Parts: sequence; structure tokens; C-alpha cells
Amino acid sequence: MTSAGFDVDRIRKDFPFLSRELPGGRPLVYLDSGNSSQKPAQVIETMREHLALHYGNVGRAMHVLGSESTEAYEGARDKVAAFVGAPSRDEVIFTKNASEALNLVAHAFGPHLWRGAEGDPRFALGPGDEIVISEMEHHSNIVPWQLLAQRTGATLKWFGVTDEGRLDLSGDVITERTKIVSIAHQSNVLGTVNPVAEVLRLARAAGALVMLDASQSVPHHPVNVAELGVDFVAFTGHKMVGPSGIGVLWGRRELLEAMPPFLGGGEMIEAVWMDHSTYAPVPHKFEAGTPPIVEAIGLGAAVDYLTEIGMDAIEAHERSLTAYALDALREVPGLRLIGPDSLDLRGGTLSFTLEGIHPHDVGQILDDSFGVAVRVGHHCARPLHLRFGIPATTRASFYLYNTTGEIDALVRGLHHVQKVFA
Amino acid sequence: MIGESMYQELILEHYKHPQGRGLREPYDAEVHHVNPTCGDEITLRVKVGDSGKIEDVSYDGQGCSISQAAASVLYELTTGSTVEETLSVVDEFTRLMQGRGQVEADEEVLGDAVAFAGVAKFPARVKCALLSWMAYKDAVVRSAR
Repeated sequence: MTSAGFDVDRIRKDFPFLSRELPGGRPLVYLDSGNSSQKPAQVIETMREHLALHYGNVGRAMHVLGSESTEAYEGARDKVAAFVGAPSRDEVIFTKNASEALNLVAHAFGPHLWRGAEGDPRFALGPGDEIVISEMEHHSNIVPWQLLAQRTGATLKWFGVTDEGRLDLSGDVITERTKIVSIAHQSNVLGTVNPVAEVLRLARAAGALVMLDASQSVPHHPVNVAELGVDFVAFTGHKMVGPSGIGVLWGRRELLEAMPPFLGGGEMIEAVWMDHSTYAPVPHKFEAGTPPIVEAIGLGAAVDYLTEIGMDAIEAHERSLTAYALDALREVPGLRLIGPDSLDLRGGTLSFTLEGIHPHDVGQILDDSFGVAVRVGHHCARPLHLRFGIPATTRASFYLYNTTGEIDALVRGLHHVQKVFA
Repeated sequence: MIGESMYQELILEHYKHPQGRGLREPYDAEVHHVNPTCGDEITLRVKVGDSGKIEDVSYDGQGCSISQAAASVLYELTTGSTVEETLSVVDEFTRLMQGRGQVEADEEVLGDAVAFAGVAKFPARVKCALLSWMAYKDAVVRSAR
């Protein structure tokens, strides 16, 4: 099952975890990449080598190690910028994860006085103003906006989700009082890819800014932030074969320049007096303190790895896996898919319930008996599960190293689970 | 098949045919406990008789096989015993569950609840087994007020 030029067997050789067994000689079938992806040797080796031979602090040390580290760290920024089509490398801000990127943007909004006289009206937010999200968001794209609403007295509103698992754009959720719309590019539970252009059109008509949580899209599809036309995009390294501890905020330069700093500290300043400071230009204005240096460099290596294979090829491979899995899961009696039942505008994340069997029991038996790693629970999207009237789901999520044989193992495991609880 | 050592026949039997399930009157105390990591929840009531014996433990809730079976076994082990006797069973069950699989279960005290010994090896599932038992302990304390 490969598309032209895509050799999954060769790719699997790059991932050391696939060479291990679980206790009892069970093979390892990793279907939890939506949670966190595994890492290829190229990423591991790049990080090891940097830590071993080239490590120094970035942006301040006047010696060889410091300059090698700075070059590698800033080089990673160039790679990430190119990977997502950022018009400028200075628009790529390293954060610790996607959650921090979302919080950073949420913190830019508030009453004018709070940010000084030069505050940009696009970020002015107070009672009567509106923040719009959706019911399918990960908690990381819900809670920062709840906190913002609580700080400012603004109103939090959201798009609902249809029974099929699509964004429900009906009704006037976005109004002229809406200042920011923040939605997932791809749902981490449903697999749904949201209609960004349509949301953007509604938001622009209202004069609102638009942010995308692209944590589940950037690792799996070619994503070009300039073509998307939105204002901010957040994603994270660990879901795209990079390390944890490094995330990315991309934002349009003139907006980033108009925003107040997020965290204060070293490296984000231009000059400091005892009573005030001026700030470094973007991106460093938003990178206070010593950053996750080796993690950023690891993300750069991850981007190199994905680019060499090709995001189009990765997308095509996952699409064929998803088609195969949709067909296979339809054959499992009592299985209810939560999310789109077709390949149309969806990614390789499949969540489901098995009638009469709790997902924790499903996950435990799949793991212990078959070495199949899936995620069970509400996947940090509790409101979405409440919407479907269920406490939890079992989720299988695919990546470039998965095979149809692994989907067969999942289905065999599900049949066995049903036998245990029959 | 390591995990299936956890899913003892007796546990599955209690899960499929829970004993004493459903909320009943009368009762002295009612509590509601949740496990935030998995969303399992239970509402549990106790009725203590004049003789100091547990007359009824009734419950309702949702959750995995381990949490549901543990509630069913709890019902069987507590009804008809004195409050003190049941609290010593709760203590022994808690000790077994928190023993990381290193604790020898006292079958004299625990009866059917020894079937849960395998759960202790799975830290993520210990809270499932203890959910109803902790709710029971809480309810007994409240009933004495």
C-alpha cells in the first residue's frame, strides 16, 4: 500500500522504536501519533550531536559554541518558516508547545490601558466584545479563551458540531462584536478538516482576526500559512516527528509587532531601565529566557526529514490508510464512528465507541494482548464528547510509518475485545 | 496475554451482572464521586440499621468494567455486616490496590474482592477499582454525622 515514491518499509527503518518488542514478545503497533509521534533516527542523532559537540546558549555567547548553537537554532527557524510557507522567518516564534502559542495570542487581547497608550484597536477587548471558538476544540483552544473572557468581561461564543462531525456554520455566531475567531484546522478527535476559507470569510466580514490550531494538520498535510490567509497559526513539534518541549506560533508580522510581549525576561528586551524597558524586534520579543535550544534544532531536523519524504506523499499515504481503516472498522459490529464516515475533508484520526464496552477496557486489552497502542478517554476534548453524549472514545491515529497490516491488527484486537466482554 | 490476568472471570461476571445496582430508599447518606482522568462516576447511598449493621448500599454510575465490577463486589461484601467490619474490608482492599502487585491479598477478609489483585499491577486502573470503595467510605462517615 504505497503511493508513487513512498516506501513505508524504508521509512519504518528510520524509526528505532519499531525495532523493539514489548514484554511477552508482543510486537508494537503504534496508532497514537495524534497524541504524540515517534522520532526518526535523523532527529535523535541531530539532537544528540548538538548536545554533545555544539551546545552553548543562543543569541548572547561570544564564543564558538555559542555561535554554533545560535546558528543551528536560528537555522531551525528558517527551516520551519520554509516548511509552512511563512512570508518571513521573523514571523516564526518558538514556544514550548501549541498551548503556549495559543495562550500567547490570547494574552495580546485586553483593555487598552492595560497595554499602554499605543494599544492596537484590533486587540482591544472588553465587555460586549466576543471571542469565537468551536465545540470540537482541544482544551488548549478552549481554556485560554475562557481565561481571556474572565479577565476582560468579553463573551465567549462557539460554533456547534453537526451529527456527522462537521463544523456547524449556521446561525450568526460571528458578529460585528467578534474580535478573534480561533478554531482547529483539523479535529484531534473527529479527524475533520475544517473549512478555513469559509470561516475566514465570515470573520473578515466582521473585522475579526483568525487563529488556527494546526497541531493536527501541519504534521500530516502540506500547509501554507500565506495561502490559508489567516492571522495566526499554532502547532507543536512532538506531533511532527520532532521532540516535545518545542512549539511554534506563526503570526502576520505587522500583528506580532502591534502585540504586547507575553513573558518578560532575558533576550526579549532591547534596553532595560529600572522603571521600564523597550523590547527586541520579533520574533525575539516573544522568546523570553533561554529557549528550548536542542528541541528547536530537533524540530528543524524533523522538518528536514518530512520535507525530504514530501508532505504530499505523506498525505497520500495517510489517506490510503484512512480509506482502508474506514472500510475495516465498518465491518466491526457495534462500532460507532464519531466523525466523518468518508474521506472527504478528513485526516487519519478515527475515534469510535464499541457498544457496551468502555474505552478504557478496549485500550487495555488492545495494549496488553496485541501491543496495539491507541488513546482512550476524552482526548482533551471533553465538550465534544458531551456533544455526542458519550464519556469517552477509543482513538486510532495514523502517521507516515503506519501500515495496513497494523490496521488489521487493530481490527483483530477489537474482535477479541468483543469476545472478552461478550 | 498479560492484561487479561486483570480481567478475571469473576470481574467480568460482576460487570455483566452487577449486584445491588440502582439507587434505593431509604438511605442515611448519599455521595457522588468522579474519576477526572477517565470520567467514571458513581452515586452511592448507604443505609445503616439500628444494630449498626449496613442494611443497604445502593449505587448508580458509569465507567469501565473494573469500576463497575468493584461496586458490585462492594455491595456484596458490605450489606449485612457491621460498619466496623466493612471498614476493615475497605482498608484491606485499599492496601491490596495500592500495593503495586507486591501485596498478598487476605482472602479471609476480602472474599470475591481478591479477584482484583491483578488490577494493582496497572497503576492507571487502580483508581477505577477504588472509586466505589472510596465513595462508600465517604458515605459511611457522612451517615454517622
